[in-house]
Amino acid sequence: MSATEPSTQFEQIVMPHLDAAYNLARWLAGNDHDAEDIAQEASLRAFRFLGSFRGGNSRSWVLTIVRNTAFTWLKQNRPQAVVSIGDEELNTIEDPAALKNHSSALHHADRDVLHAALESLPVEFREALILRELEGLSYKEIADIADVPIGTVMSRLARARKQLQEYLSQKGDVTK
Amino acid sequence: MNCQEMNPLLHAYVDGELDLMRSLDVEGHLKTCAACTAARRSLQSLHSTLRHSDLSYSAPVSLRNRILAEVSNKPGETRTRKSAPWLWQWLAVGALGFAALTVMLRPGGTSNQDRLADEAISSHVRSLMPGHLTDVVSSDQHTVKPWFNGKIDFAPTVKDFATNGFPLIGGRLDYLNDHPVAALIYKRNQHTINVFVWPAAHIESGIIQTRGYNVINEDVNGLQYSIVSDLNRNELSDFARLLQQ
Repeated sequence: MSATEPSTQFEQIVMPHLDAAYNLARWLAGNDHDAEDIAQEASLRAFRFLGSFRGGNSRSWVLTIVRNTAFTWLKQNRPQAVVSIGDEELNTIEDPAALKNHSSALHHADRDVLHAALESLPVEFREALILRELEGLSYKEIADIADVPIGTVMSRLARARKQLQEYLSQKGDVTK
Repeated sequence: MNCQEMNPLLHAYVDGELDLMRSLDVEGHLKTCAACTAARRSLQSLHSTLRHSDLSYSAPVSLRNRILAEVSNKPGETRTRKSAPWLWQWLAVGALGFAALTVMLRPGGTSNQDRLADEAISSHVRSLMPGHLTDVVSSDQHTVKPWFNGKIDFAPTVKDFATNGFPLIGGRLDYLNDHPVAALIYKRNQHTINVFVWPAAHIESGIIQTRGYNVINEDVNGLQYSIVSDLNRNELSDFARLLQQ
């Protein structure tokens, strides 16, 4: 097994996750061109670091590399996008009862509005939400990828959802 | 449990991240609290809206092919898409070096043929990985042929040979020999056949048997065809003759 060609290993370990990698890069970068650059650079990094993959969850491993590549890129090219958000304690979130009024707006949200709503989120919130809702990752996996405690993941998800719901209900009012 | 305690747990509950005991606690509270029940519904609604709104992006085929080309052609090396700095370095090597490079990049006929066969086989093997075989799935040549329009700057002939026992399965965009190529996929019983097509200045022809695969290179109407399969040589040759018709 150890004699397996690196390119074959790459095709088995990294390539199956290229869609997930590109999806994350695309949501972090905000456009196709930069997302392709990030996904390509991350893939080549993964190729170089194949030796450091110790088996286990290859998707998390690949997404961690994509995430780090993307944030390095963002810091260089869009520093204003990564001004660190305050990861406040979860209990500062508004009363859950206040959320109930937002639900009706969701049924009317079309893809473009949802897209804009996600784009409006701080990048760390967007990342957590994409990994959870679109990629279906667990809190633990997201925590590992973003290199933050699970509590922070919970807080980011909760705040991301709250902002998303607020955005959508506002848009709902505007468009109705 | 009151609403204040409920707050941080509700998201984890909706995300299925709570253990059984905590889940039961949350459910107990939800039965008695209309506000938290509405909040949960709202979260679930958001969840399903996000899931079902086609928000995920798929990696473009061109990106996939570029990465595979980088990895399979340059093991251990990295070359980024922004290759301009490399180009300047090469130019700086000077005329003599450049001439030497040109010679290196254009090896003699036989090794060129071998390299081509090698690449074609790698591409064939990659295509057999789940989800990689076809970009357009159709046994209808009138669906597959137009699919290539605008994706490549030449028009491969697409025919179904089902009546000869070689049904057309679909098409795919691939990358071979430093070119974007059309890949047509056919079946012969359980065997998959990849037909790579591209315009080449110098067309290779011949049969190569290596790594358990047969590769037939041939000229079809001025286009380079590279036919790859684990199918036996005789049947693959029959198929190659059909393509010539």
